[in-house]
Amino acid sequence: MAKRSSAILLPVVAILFGFALGALVLVATGKGPLAMFQAMLQSVTGINSEAGSFNPRYIGEFIVQAMPIMLTGLSVGFAFRTGLFNIGAEGQLMAGSIAATAVALWVKAPPGAHVVLVLLAAMAAGGLWGAVPGYLKARFNVHEVVVTIMMNYIALFLNNWAVVALFKSEDRIKTAAFPASAMLKSTALSAMTHGSRLNWGFVPVLVSLVAYWFIIEKTAFGYSLRAVGFNKDGAQYAGMKVNRNIVWSMIIAGAFAGLAGAVITVGTFSFGRALPAAEGYGFDGIAVALVGANAAIGVFLSGLLFGMLKAAQTLMQSQGIPKEIASIIQASIVLFIAMKYGISHVLQKLGPPKPGETDR
Amino acid sequence: MSVAFVIEMLDIVKVFPGIRANDGVTLQVEQGSIHALLGENGAGKSTLMSMLFGLYQPDGGTIKVRGSAVRIGNPNVANQLGIGMVHQHFKLVHNFTVTENIILGLEPRSGLVIDLKGAARRVRELSDRYGLLVDPEARIEDISVGMQQRVEILKMLYRNAEILIFDEPTAVLTPQEIRELMGIMHRLVQEGKTILLITHKLKEIKEVARTCTVLRRGRLIGTVAVAETTEARMAEMMVGREVSFHVEKAPGRPGDVVLRIERIQVRNAKGLLGVKDLSLEVRAGEILGICGIDGNGQTELIRAVTGLSDLESGRILFKGLDLSNHSVKQRTDAGVGHIPEDRHKHGLILDFRLDENFVVHSYGEPPFSRAGILDFRAIRVNAERLIQEFDVRCGQGPASPTRAMSGGNQQKAIVAREIDRSPALLIVAQPTRGLDVGAIEYIHRRIIAERDKGKAILLVSLELDEVLDLSDRIAVLCGGEIVGVVDAQATNENELGLMMAGSARKVS
Amino acid sequence: MNILLTMIPMALIYATPIIIAALGGLYSERSGVVNIALEGIMMVGGFAAAAVTVVLEPNPMAAYFGLLAAVITGLLFSVLHAFACVHLKADQVVSGTALNILAGGITVYLCQIFFDQQRTNAFTTGIAKLSLPGLARLPVLGALLFKDVYPTSYAALLLVALTWFVVARTPFGLRLRACGEHPQAAASMGIDVVRMRYVGVLLSGALAGLAGGTMVLTQDIQYSLTSIHGTGFIALACLIFGKWNPAGVLGAGLFFGLSEATSIYAKDIPLLQAVPQDFFYMLPYILTVIALVVFSGKSVGPRAAGESYDPGKR
Repeated sequence: MAKRSSAILLPVVAILFGFALGALVLVATGKGPLAMFQAMLQSVTGINSEAGSFNPRYIGEFIVQAMPIMLTGLSVGFAFRTGLFNIGAEGQLMAGSIAATAVALWVKAPPGAHVVLVLLAAMAAGGLWGAVPGYLKARFNVHEVVVTIMMNYIALFLNNWAVVALFKSEDRIKTAAFPASAMLKSTALSAMTHGSRLNWGFVPVLVSLVAYWFIIEKTAFGYSLRAVGFNKDGAQYAGMKVNRNIVWSMIIAGAFAGLAGAVITVGTFSFGRALPAAEGYGFDGIAVALVGANAAIGVFLSGLLFGMLKAAQTLMQSQGIPKEIASIIQASIVLFIAMKYGISHVLQKLGPPKPGETDR
Repeated sequence: MSVAFVIEMLDIVKVFPGIRANDGVTLQVEQGSIHALLGENGAGKSTLMSMLFGLYQPDGGTIKVRGSAVRIGNPNVANQLGIGMVHQHFKLVHNFTVTENIILGLEPRSGLVIDLKGAARRVRELSDRYGLLVDPEARIEDISVGMQQRVEILKMLYRNAEILIFDEPTAVLTPQEIRELMGIMHRLVQEGKTILLITHKLKEIKEVARTCTVLRRGRLIGTVAVAETTEARMAEMMVGREVSFHVEKAPGRPGDVVLRIERIQVRNAKGLLGVKDLSLEVRAGEILGICGIDGNGQTELIRAVTGLSDLESGRILFKGLDLSNHSVKQRTDAGVGHIPEDRHKHGLILDFRLDENFVVHSYGEPPFSRAGILDFRAIRVNAERLIQEFDVRCGQGPASPTRAMSGGNQQKAIVAREIDRSPALLIVAQPTRGLDVGAIEYIHRRIIAERDKGKAILLVSLELDEVLDLSDRIAVLCGGEIVGVVDAQATNENELGLMMAGSARKVS
Repeated sequence: MNILLTMIPMALIYATPIIIAALGGLYSERSGVVNIALEGIMMVGGFAAAAVTVVLEPNPMAAYFGLLAAVITGLLFSVLHAFACVHLKADQVVSGTALNILAGGITVYLCQIFFDQQRTNAFTTGIAKLSLPGLARLPVLGALLFKDVYPTSYAALLLVALTWFVVARTPFGLRLRACGEHPQAAASMGIDVVRMRYVGVLLSGALAGLAGGTMVLTQDIQYSLTSIHGTGFIALACLIFGKWNPAGVLGAGLFFGLSEATSIYAKDIPLLQAVPQDFFYMLPYILTVIALVVFSGKSVGPRAAGESYDPGKR
């Protein structure tokens, strides 16, 4: 019981710390923190506290921002549970986008089936992109951190090349529009939220959250993943196939991220896009996973939090607050969590020597 | 006329969260003598000496060096006072040379650069003066354990240590190397040094020490003149009751051969052959003890039999079945059990609950999971049964965090798990390392019980006494080969020691 | 052939920040602290250099003040990493990641505050190139290495030599390496491991800051979010490729610089014209992955790097 409450305490304190620091930075550079908080409130609830008006479009856009980062959060969190640091969610997401675009444009299928194929293809592509660092780690013991970062860049350039060369973009920025059968778009949802880009993407997101929880906590496979994540040697001694687990873990993590790519490409947008730089969903996923303590419910909640930060950016910018304050807040929260994880780890190790144990 | 005490630690108190590691301990060491500090694991000997070396500070009491009260804030201060420590777990940088390790922190300079030639010269001088043979240019990872220890000693002599603390120095040495070390200690004392010897080995105390201070559970039990005290008396002081040095056991009744190892070769972590040409047989209903100096192939042998390492050549037959290419899981399922040497690294997943640790081999099969989904009730019930049967003490029952359990109970949990699976062959490695006497006795009794049930037991231990005590037959491992197989009743420590050092062979 | 004459100086320009940042990483990792925030520190240094240069122009020393600012900002930024990892024993990779996110945020934020846009203003001159008298007139080599070269490239070479000397021959270097291999051993010899690791991280901050400033002042006209585009991570790969020693870092850095130059000039090389440009952008990153696989098994870094220093560990 004590463990539960302390598990929640850490992220809460970190979040407060991050926001406090953000407010401090604003004040120090002559901006008003109140305007930032008002923008955040409006982005989540649609309520403009100054004008007293309500516009559900903000709520729709807020959910649109939260969805992909919940998925990349699941991606990073899943890998963390297995003892791996997946900084490659960004690249896996892009691999998913490419696959989603390909199936959307090239495959003909009836309305229900088409979008399912799109999602599956995206998951497979993301899984493949994750399998590479997983395999390299298992087989050659190459540290996944630098490999996945490199693969993020490779995926970015691959995406840009594909948009022009494979998908024959005319303006070199976006592809042709997708057929309706391939998309997660919904006129009903959009109308409900006064023209936001809210779409059916929340269905695969919710399914993923449940699947994540189920796989890790309830299955024998999840048991062995957790064992490997906690103690590779112990798992090996017990007969578990450590290398195989590492690869599968990265495949599943990649699949979550790939799914995020699909949700963005055929949900938020309706065409493939060439990008000047990575959009940062991967780093958002890291923040979401850490704050969510790598648990499904945590990822859900912190996905909402960071989704709010992202959604509030345009409003903030329009009110003269540089939108980068969101990154500063996000980084501070992650940094604080990093420090606290370190502290509690040390406290554990410095605990009293137990009776019957080796001398201190 | 009062004797000259070079070191006095008076009424020392040291408290860690939840435990009084030293509770009013007084230690007085005569100049130019060898003074032993005796106690079990957890008695507080290392803590006390760590304070003398400046790694911790006492919470109460005074430390006096050569009559003056001092505060030893860090190892540098200790060095300046002439106190040096030869650690149990060597603190040597593996890819530095012998010379670099010795001069680290006190490097001779020529301008901006380290004067390596001058350093090597000084090392040779010291080496000759004290009879400590080392190769100044060799890298630590390439030299023997005995030489590594001499480097540790030279580190202290280089800093003009007058008082040398030896922390359990003989754990990693052959009987012959131990005798050499005793000789080195005598010579150091002849040169005017004072030695503090931390140990739990009574024989060694009898051989070199003049005085012995006994600690138990953080308290001072007494200080005795070694020449006038028997080993039995010292043991009684150490443990608090009469100690039976031997475990009760009926003679063994060996049956069929359960494990047959034929001429195997196994690579070690560095890629070299750790086991060179090893053949062995273990029968049902017997305990075969493997003794040998650490690093002579024990780890590779165990890894080969359990399936953690592949065989370069040779075969392993288990009840007639060729296991050589079987995976770990296949062997466990076939009936090979393993109580590993390192309970934290291999034996348990510390971050799991206790009940999760009990099913680490069998979580994927009924009754613990069906169709890939775990059955938590079955797992918990299983844990309750094992806790009861094997008297595993844990704060919160099956849901206890394994990390919070004591070492003895963690080991009991591992023993429970492995024995409960009733393996035909049980491999037991270093089963009682770091445990107190009560836990040791319990585990020894359990091992004998399994043997009496007709199981084959392969015992690998670095504690010669344990091997002699428990085994029916003893095989000696040296340089990756079995150099002798003898009846436990028919041999003694000297004969084993010679074989362990490679000076004798005996295959009976 | 003429292509080569333009490509090699270009390669040197690209290699310089990689080498300087990698040397910074060397000090940090040798002391035992993994620093993947080299990217973020380069961003902060690049921003500082650009901003100060813009403000001080047309003063002829503007760019050098910019570089100085880059060094100082990088050093200060790295204090966060040092504090988190050495004092608070934070996970070093997570801390580095947080700092990378922070760097992106805070640099563009300040651009918005000071310049009202998401990048700095463009500076006019940057660093002036120079030619070494005498040596510049050598045939072939003169044109390649001694004519119209940025002084920062020479600084990089000097730093390589200096680092080799300090790490391999001085007492400081011996102690630094001990802290990265076996900090408990170093501590038992009276070395202050905490202080040593701080020094290692701060040096990496100063050098990565310098690298960032160099990169912006020699390869760009302003600082923006994409100015560094992963060069800090390539520097990490360079460090691994170079087996954590200065000579290796030099070689690896030049190699990566050459591959970046190839990506720019590929369209002018008949053999390579058919390959789409995007693939050349990918090239340095693909090469890095290959290098990591090839060298990972044999390349062994400082043994204790990445672990928090635990004085009680036996």
